[in-house]
Amino acid sequence: MMMQILNGFKNGISDARHNVEMTEQPNGNNYCEVKVEQLNFYYGSKQALFNVDIEVKEKGVAALIGPSGCGKSTFLRVLNRMNDLIPGTRLEGMVTVHGEDIYDSSMDVVELRKKVGMVFQQPNPFPKSIYDNVAYGPRIHGLKNKIMLNQIVEESLIGGALWDEVKDRLHEPALALSGGQQQRLCIARALAVQPRILLMDEPTSAIDPIATQRIEDLIRDLCKEYTIIIVTHNMQQAARISDFTGFFFQGEMIEWGKTAQIFTKPEDQRTEDYITGRFG
Amino acid sequence: MKLNRRKNIIAEWRGSELIGYWLLRLSLLLVLIILGFIIFDIFSKGIGVINWEFITAAPRVGMTEGGIFPAIIGTFYVTIITVAFAVPLGVAAAIYLNEYAIQGTFTRLVRMSLRNLAGVPSIVFGLFGMAVFVKLFGFGPSLIAAGFTLGLLTLPVTVTAAEEALITVPRAYRAGSFALGATRWQVVRTVVLPRAIPGILTGTILGLARAAGETAPILATGAAFFLPYLPDSIKSQFMALPYHLFIMSTQHHALAIVRPIAYGTALVLVTLVCILNLAAVLLRKRYRDRVAKGL
Repeated sequence: MMMQILNGFKNGISDARHNVEMTEQPNGNNYCEVKVEQLNFYYGSKQALFNVDIEVKEKGVAALIGPSGCGKSTFLRVLNRMNDLIPGTRLEGMVTVHGEDIYDSSMDVVELRKKVGMVFQQPNPFPKSIYDNVAYGPRIHGLKNKIMLNQIVEESLIGGALWDEVKDRLHEPALALSGGQQQRLCIARALAVQPRILLMDEPTSAIDPIATQRIEDLIRDLCKEYTIIIVTHNMQQAARISDFTGFFFQGEMIEWGKTAQIFTKPEDQRTEDYITGRFG
Repeated sequence: MKLNRRKNIIAEWRGSELIGYWLLRLSLLLVLIILGFIIFDIFSKGIGVINWEFITAAPRVGMTEGGIFPAIIGTFYVTIITVAFAVPLGVAAAIYLNEYAIQGTFTRLVRMSLRNLAGVPSIVFGLFGMAVFVKLFGFGPSLIAAGFTLGLLTLPVTVTAAEEALITVPRAYRAGSFALGATRWQVVRTVVLPRAIPGILTGTILGLARAAGETAPILATGAAFFLPYLPDSIKSQFMALPYHLFIMSTQHHALAIVRPIAYGTALVLVTLVCILNLAAVLLRKRYRDRVAKGL
């Protein structure tokens, strides 16, 4: 039994690598939105991620699934270096975004986070007005021109599918909005700094089903222009909205592939057990 | 049988509960009575001398007549210097401790020292101020030496209050700001401080109210027994309410005659401290309203 799992695991890995090579050849280049090689991540002496490899080659939605504590949120925070804020963390391996090594000493974290936006599990609008929330990013990056700010705020709120609901009350407190609206505001706020990649850490887990659906629709819209990497506990959600899915288990990336394939014929027994609801 | 025993236990429990309840209630009552007595005593004996002249004139005839204006103005000036010294320094230290420093042995040590510093008797601060500001820095007995000494005295309170205010700002705001590419100082300036400033002010005002009433720290650093003129620079000596009160109730040559003036001084001092505390309360209320509105 154990051997079977191990073999399955090894096959999964080699197959995933094989697939990567297959897709690389016809394109003829190595361009990747996000490429992670042999990533190990530690909180102090505790290792949280083991030899993770991922290549996101094009725009679209990539979902990361797995049981609680499997490292998928940690992995997400690796991609915009939010883990830097946690003392005692350490990382090995190579993480590149658009071909740039983001852990290189010459990498400007501010520029990285402008390019790789993030939406959190709990909607966290600032205790400021709706307008000031969206204008926050452009302002801290030095934009003062009122006309341009107005334009960015409008475009971002339209992008976040919130404009029609708030256009008459832009200067009211953001915290007066409902939870789902707050989360869309946070998406709009992230869009306002014109990122290329959006990281979402269980963005709908604190939100009711109807608001969740609106956000899922929004994610489908946004993925035409942005690369979205979303962590979710909800497998149906991963199946509905993602093009690629990665299954994390105990800090390892067990399987990574097209969502349809992961959910219909997973190669690893543990993936199958997880998506069929045998654990997690 | 069983049922009876249970009932008894409940009855017994209710009995001791009742005693505890009344003990707690009486303790509160006692506190209120003591406070009420002090205020009533000061008010009833001090109100008689309070008039326009008392507030606005200088003492006359060997301080047996006239007002306490120089003492009021002296306390006012010295408090301003205390604020100018202690608030920026204390808030900056708190920001460093809470937002920049890596939490570990060093920060624990700093916080422990601050707590201990808060417990140092004020006379020790006074003597330290005399040794350092008056002698070493050569300020002489002056407003600035006394203000700095009081500043040192309030520093632990200011840092602690500011830190507490900073801690109450939710981590999620910081994360949201960092994720948009803000630098640490931008996070502090645009998200953390706007949210923390009311709390910082409240704590600071309470600390100042305490400092404004202190006698020991200014005793050796610049407060004067009597001055025929108002302080005209930060290097001047000054009269101050708490010290004036101390003189009028223990050092004056005709204690019985100046007793009403002493009570009047106490009343003015208590009123000033009350106004400061009230300002802190109002500020906190405004802050809570703002939080409730989400702005």
